[in-house]
Amino acid sequence: MAIIEVRKLHLQFGGLVAVNELSFEIPENIVMSVIGPNGAGKTSLFNMLSGFYQPTRGEIIFNGTNIIGRKPSQITGLGMARTFQNLRVFPNLTVLENVMAGMHTRTKQGIIGALLQTPAQKKEEEWIHNVAMDCIRFVGIEPYTHRRAKNLPYGAQRYLEIARALAIQPKILFLDEPAAGFTFNEKQDLIDLIHRIRETYSIPVVLIEHDMGLINQVSEKILVLNYGQKLAEGTPSEVLNNPLVIEAYLGKEEEDLVI
Amino acid sequence: MEKVVEKTLNQSTSRGLPGINRKLLYVGFLIIAMLLPFFSGPYWLDVGFLAVFYVVLGLGLNIVVGYAGLLDLGYSAFFAVGAYTTGILMTQFHMNFWITMLLGGLLALIVGVIVGAPTLRLRSDYLAIVTLGFGEIVRISAKNFSFTGGASGIYGILSPFPKPQMVNGIMINNLSYCYWLILLLAIITMIASKRLTQSRMGRSWAYIREDEDAAEAMGINRTRSKLAAYAIGAMFGGLAGSVFAIKMTAIAPESFNFMQSVMILLAVILGGVGRISGVVIGAVLVIIIPELLRDLDKVMHMGINFDQYRFLIFGIALIFLMIFRPQGIVPDKEVEE
Amino acid sequence: MGLHLTTDMFVQQLVNALIIGSFYALIALGYSMVYGIIKLLNFAHGDLFMFGAFIGYTVLAKLTGTGSSLLGILIAFLIAMLVTGFLGMGIERMAYRPLLKAPRLSILITAVGMSLFLENGVMAAYGAKPYIMPVTLPTAAFSFLGTKITYSQIGIIVLSALLMVALQLFIHKTIYGKAMRAIAIDQTACSLVGINVKKVISLTFFVGSALAAAAGMMNATYYGNITFMMGFIFGLKAFTAAVIGGIGNIQGAVLGGLTLGVLETFGTLVIGSEWKDVFAFLILILLLVLKPTGILGEKVTERM
Repeated sequence: MAIIEVRKLHLQFGGLVAVNELSFEIPENIVMSVIGPNGAGKTSLFNMLSGFYQPTRGEIIFNGTNIIGRKPSQITGLGMARTFQNLRVFPNLTVLENVMAGMHTRTKQGIIGALLQTPAQKKEEEWIHNVAMDCIRFVGIEPYTHRRAKNLPYGAQRYLEIARALAIQPKILFLDEPAAGFTFNEKQDLIDLIHRIRETYSIPVVLIEHDMGLINQVSEKILVLNYGQKLAEGTPSEVLNNPLVIEAYLGKEEEDLVI
Repeated sequence: MEKVVEKTLNQSTSRGLPGINRKLLYVGFLIIAMLLPFFSGPYWLDVGFLAVFYVVLGLGLNIVVGYAGLLDLGYSAFFAVGAYTTGILMTQFHMNFWITMLLGGLLALIVGVIVGAPTLRLRSDYLAIVTLGFGEIVRISAKNFSFTGGASGIYGILSPFPKPQMVNGIMINNLSYCYWLILLLAIITMIASKRLTQSRMGRSWAYIREDEDAAEAMGINRTRSKLAAYAIGAMFGGLAGSVFAIKMTAIAPESFNFMQSVMILLAVILGGVGRISGVVIGAVLVIIIPELLRDLDKVMHMGINFDQYRFLIFGIALIFLMIFRPQGIVPDKEVEE
Repeated sequence: MGLHLTTDMFVQQLVNALIIGSFYALIALGYSMVYGIIKLLNFAHGDLFMFGAFIGYTVLAKLTGTGSSLLGILIAFLIAMLVTGFLGMGIERMAYRPLLKAPRLSILITAVGMSLFLENGVMAAYGAKPYIMPVTLPTAAFSFLGTKITYSQIGIIVLSALLMVALQLFIHKTIYGKAMRAIAIDQTACSLVGINVKKVISLTFFVGSALAAAAGMMNATYYGNITFMMGFIFGLKAFTAAVIGGIGNIQGAVLGGLTLGVLETFGTLVIGSEWKDVFAFLILILLLVLKPTGILGEKVTERM
């Protein structure tokens, strides 16, 4: 049973085709990677999945619902969480405040509760605080809890984004280049984290990544894109031995291939 | 991930004054403020009223501009709604003031929702001009319609308070009671603002201010969130307007013009947009400084009528603040690790 | 009031509409150009219209008695355009340029402050009472379809049109104009290619301000009086015109200006002149809510 089904997704800006009639599935409970040379359409795909871009045509079925045309906030409400390629933490807010943002869709107290400080409001605030702290501890950035996000080391900021996404208590997690700029050790930590996310939350995790080693260690399924089209889809051994995939990488940008 | 943390972090946030002393300072100010009618003459009590009135308006606008990050150049429209509601209902329908005050706040809130719902999704520049347009529409409509009294406005609004009486040799009259009422409203607004910042709604405004798209990705419906801020800000403006009506006993459209909106904005910006203490100080300064300059002129006989330069100075102040000290003139109390 | 429009009334109102529309268009051009190049709605732009009128007044007041009044008007006109152009450049340099990297709110608030500064600065220098222009346009007229049209009216319309055509040529034929359009599309790419972005931005402000001053001067000599607040409402309406045509779009500004002139002139016949301003604001708000791209332009809602 696929949690997400992408059908003939097409994104075109004028004459430029970013994603070309793409169809694939994301099965439940899996770690899947989306790879491809730069400009292959990976982040455009993520942006369409999360509602930031509207495709020219095509469908995205998330748990049975076609989410085309919905705003990102609605899609998040349905249980989709994502991180950003270029790190979009809330820089001047503390780690705790950042992570609490994830709880927004799970909670409902509004102005009245805020002004009157009702018992329901207080209970909800406590719950938000607890879940946020759980997520912060889970990814391991507890020492930074009250520090402003912009003052965190780079790696901690990346983990902060993940903690924030986990606070949404999502049904699926999208990570856009979560290991960008990481050292080898940091990447090992990340692999650990992804495994722990799978064990603890039992949700599918989909990543965009360039590091083949990391992808190989962590993925159960790989989708390869090139020029906005599906080049290959399957298990790591299937995909990484696919001659088309090898040609796409070795024949084009060698820098993308990091072993 | 613990391995990434290299040193224990010193997380003390030191403030300008230790917590207990700050509270004492606030209580001190509050007591002085409450006793103002007893030791100041009518002129300065009037100034005091205006200053506290501006505190309320400033805090209301602060929710819109400071918390939600929306540039509102037509905020005086909401205070007009409150004032006219009270004025009309009391003079035409002889309603009880307190009911009109509630209705004034409520009506301002509703107007805020009606205006905000279609317009808050606009970009900040356009929103600014639209709010200005809205402010002008309200003012011009008040001037043109007969039920709002046309250009001369509404007059003869009666005081709901006890008749003037002498207490220990001091005259306690409508002005005194209105002052206490606006002071109470100011305190309520301050508490409300504080509670809002520490709530889910307040956080959603912070997220939107920091990064709109990331906020959207967190599931925050930006328009609804902004609308809440705009409506609450409107409500406080309306409530303040009602009190204004009974203090002045007469209201006219020209009290609610663009310059008024700008002055309220200046009060918010001057002290430090977003911070309650900043707004309070800014509001007081905006009212007090022209008074002090006027006194200065009397004392020094410079023959300069500072009053006519008031807005010129305000304009320059806004420019300088934005370029050189956008965080406002009140020093930042918090020091991070 | 019943709307009983005879041919001569229609022609008369049409001329009025074209004149006021031209003024809106000239000011709207400045809004659109500046918006196109640095994505800022220069809140103080309308006040440059007023400033131009006051410079014109000052020059004329000094020149009274110098030969033919038309020559005097022309000199005042040119000086007003030049001085205001430089003022616009100065404002950009001093108040806006330092804030281009700051949060949006900062530059908007600065623009509001600048508007106050200009309005009250002029008030401080000249006083709050309206000033009567020392020369007026000749009233020689000709008959057309039952009504009198003065040569001055035609002159204003023609002169405005000439200015707009000159601008079009400037933007499409000169290297600066091309740079302006390029910067509007991608500022970073332009600086990488060697375009002196700062200079072009300055020039944009100069041209936009000069056009506003031209409108101000024409307005002053046509209607005969000036006040320090005249830029406020004109600015807002010119902004409305720019939005009608599509903000950022030069032809749109002209189209929008004329459209607003016509709508306003004929609209007030129906609803009365005390609602004139409200009418324009309502058009603005409705437009931004329902069709923000205007007739020819780009998106104004938050980027998604």
